[in-house]
Amino acid sequence: MGVYRFEGGDTVKNLFVSGHRACAGCGMAIAVKLILEAAGEDVIVVSPTGCLEIVSSPYPETSWRVPWIHSLFENAASVASGIEAGLKALGRKHEAKVLAIAGDGATADIGMGPLSGMFERGHDITYICYDNEAYMNTGVQRSSMTPPGASATTSPAGKVSFGEIHPKKDLASIAVAHGVGYVATASVGYGLDLMRKVRRAIDHDGPSFIHLHTSCCTGWRHPSSKTIEISRLAVLTGLWPLYEVVDGEITDVKRLPKRLPVEDYLKTQGRFSHLFRMEGGEEIIRRIQAIADANAERFGLDLEG
Amino acid sequence: MKLRIGAIADPGTSIVNRTGGWRSEKPLIDHSLCIRCFNCILYCPDSAVKYSEKEGIYFDYDFCKGCGICANECSGRAIYMVMEEK
Amino acid sequence: MEVVEGSYAVAHAVKCCRPHVISAYPITPQTHIVENLAQFVADGELECEFVPVDSEHSAMSVALGASAVGARAYSASTSQGLALMWEVLYNVSGMRLPVVMTAVNRALSAPLSIWNDQQDTVGARDSGWIQIYVEDIQEAHDALIQAYRIAESREVMLPAMICMDGFILTHTYEPVVLAEQEETDDFLPPYDPEYYLTVERPLSFGCFAEPDKFMEFRYMQHEAMERARFKIKEVADEFERAFGRYYGDLIQGYNLDGAQIVLVTFGSIIGTMKEIVKHEKDVGILKIRSYRPFPVKEVREALKDARVVAVVEKDFSAGFEGALFSDVKAALYNHVSDLKLLGFVLGLGGRDIPPEDISKIIERSRVVMDQGLKEEWEFIGLRGEIL
Repeated sequence: MGVYRFEGGDTVKNLFVSGHRACAGCGMAIAVKLILEAAGEDVIVVSPTGCLEIVSSPYPETSWRVPWIHSLFENAASVASGIEAGLKALGRKHEAKVLAIAGDGATADIGMGPLSGMFERGHDITYICYDNEAYMNTGVQRSSMTPPGASATTSPAGKVSFGEIHPKKDLASIAVAHGVGYVATASVGYGLDLMRKVRRAIDHDGPSFIHLHTSCCTGWRHPSSKTIEISRLAVLTGLWPLYEVVDGEITDVKRLPKRLPVEDYLKTQGRFSHLFRMEGGEEIIRRIQAIADANAERFGLDLEG
Repeated sequence: MKLRIGAIADPGTSIVNRTGGWRSEKPLIDHSLCIRCFNCILYCPDSAVKYSEKEGIYFDYDFCKGCGICANECSGRAIYMVMEEK
Repeated sequence: MEVVEGSYAVAHAVKCCRPHVISAYPITPQTHIVENLAQFVADGELECEFVPVDSEHSAMSVALGASAVGARAYSASTSQGLALMWEVLYNVSGMRLPVVMTAVNRALSAPLSIWNDQQDTVGARDSGWIQIYVEDIQEAHDALIQAYRIAESREVMLPAMICMDGFILTHTYEPVVLAEQEETDDFLPPYDPEYYLTVERPLSFGCFAEPDKFMEFRYMQHEAMERARFKIKEVADEFERAFGRYYGDLIQGYNLDGAQIVLVTFGSIIGTMKEIVKHEKDVGILKIRSYRPFPVKEVREALKDARVVAVVEKDFSAGFEGALFSDVKAALYNHVSDLKLLGFVLGLGGRDIPPEDISKIIERSRVVMDQGLKEEWEFIGLRGEIL
């Protein structure tokens, strides 16, 4: 695997061009730029409805310099399946790899069935879920990927509520359970690692899946300059373990020399601020710490001990 | 411009949308501190940080929205933000 | 001529059209069509990607993706499946992708019914698809081949659904002339889209439109539908020249000359009607073949000398009347005077339509002709004793 490094302006492919309408400091925009940098020009990209589609495609403008299609909210995996099947049938399989880039709502909620079908049928498609942990495009409503303790507009913290209570779906395991040959988690905070994984996923024959954690400064409520730093803190606290699963075997776990307490991550974001204000908030923080500890145990995150 | 059927657009056309006008702070760089880690290029959401041998790192203020990620991620603390003068 | 099941005839026609991608989800009574297609693929008789999907929503989404990349795509569904596709139907037509599907007509739940009526496709009337309703198995077979020619023509570029009555046409056997591959190839050129997804020209599909452009995109769909009127006629004529069979263009009249009463309808009920009407010298039939685009001028012309028009259909809009009845009335208003219009809803959820029901409709029409209009529309064949 090559190491990706920007050697200068000329090596930047710039396939997701400037002028898109993403918020200043948007983690998704960074992620998409890096995904395309790694993927190169020979891809056909499918995006469902969501922030990515909205910020990149107000007709007649588009930010895409690769062939791109948006259809609906729940059907990116199915549209991608049709494209891949079409390329095969037309004898154009060599022309391009098919890449779906979709948010957490489109993937884990409304598009779960189509994604399962795409996996099961074995299409040669790389599906990347950028997970910013809520329906950001419609105004930060909770999704099944909103983490416990986070306040979203349909799981708000209130006098008798600490916000979201349900755990995140384990999408990587869902993909692995389908027998998907290459599965990885990634973080926009680790750009080169993300690019390496995208390349591996695309080079993999058959379905591959990347679950990509991406901060949304608007929805998570932090300064726009902190997008990368906070995304990285999710990894450094053990809340977002980075690993690959190749043919069902967990490999390449990013180990942590000194795992940080989850407070270091939680306190940076407005969506968790009630945990530090409300009586009983420390119990919720303890439970979130327990999630990180369980991750550390499961994936062997801690270098020491 | 006549509409094309199916709302099909030509590639890369959002380049006409100059998002620099959104900015309230702008990045500047002290070249003497730049160690060429290129984190600024890597993590700019708007591909508004550029590099050339001659000029080193520079900013495309037509598109920079002033998010400040480049300054935050700068390994040499060479990039800093100042209030935009309008 | 071979005696085959309706579903087989349709599958054979699809095969002759050389689709690149077929995607479908099983639902009664569409199943035999896609089973036959899957078997053609399994036997090496049809080279295509057959994608057995997780839902009808995915079936139409796969067809959408395939069509966008420049492939000829086919799907088939019915009833609940068509309802689940609804969202994608609008998307496919808005993106101007010439997908062709067979829409088998079946009642919508609840109560659950697997049997025939036309509520499902009539509900999809406004989805921007060309809708052609067929009368018999031969027409279901032939209209499919015509549909690709119409849908894929550069001046149209709209999806098309061929609507055929479930069980009545899908599961019955009739003598059918099955198309030859070579004659189909001569009639139907390969799909050659102007725009498609390719790295050679990396276009963006499915952009969103602000209010300053959305109406114009909709209007462009309408214009394409208007052009489809001529294309449907042209293709029907060319099909006749090539295959020697003709079912009308947008409409087809039967016994219209001198008819004082005209029964207007679509679908397989026309077979029953013809049997009755041939004994009635002043009763004709107007088959609505193309429901969208709606044959406005043709309907006006065909009905201009009639005194009573009875619109007969297997669908209705609760709280109003049958959809075809509304549409026929709307087309005639301001253009044909002294004409009485009656609407009849029958055959819902697979209810038998015995010849007596058709006779009853003709009787009602005669009463109106002699005594004037009382009731505008009614259910025929309702079992009053269980209500």
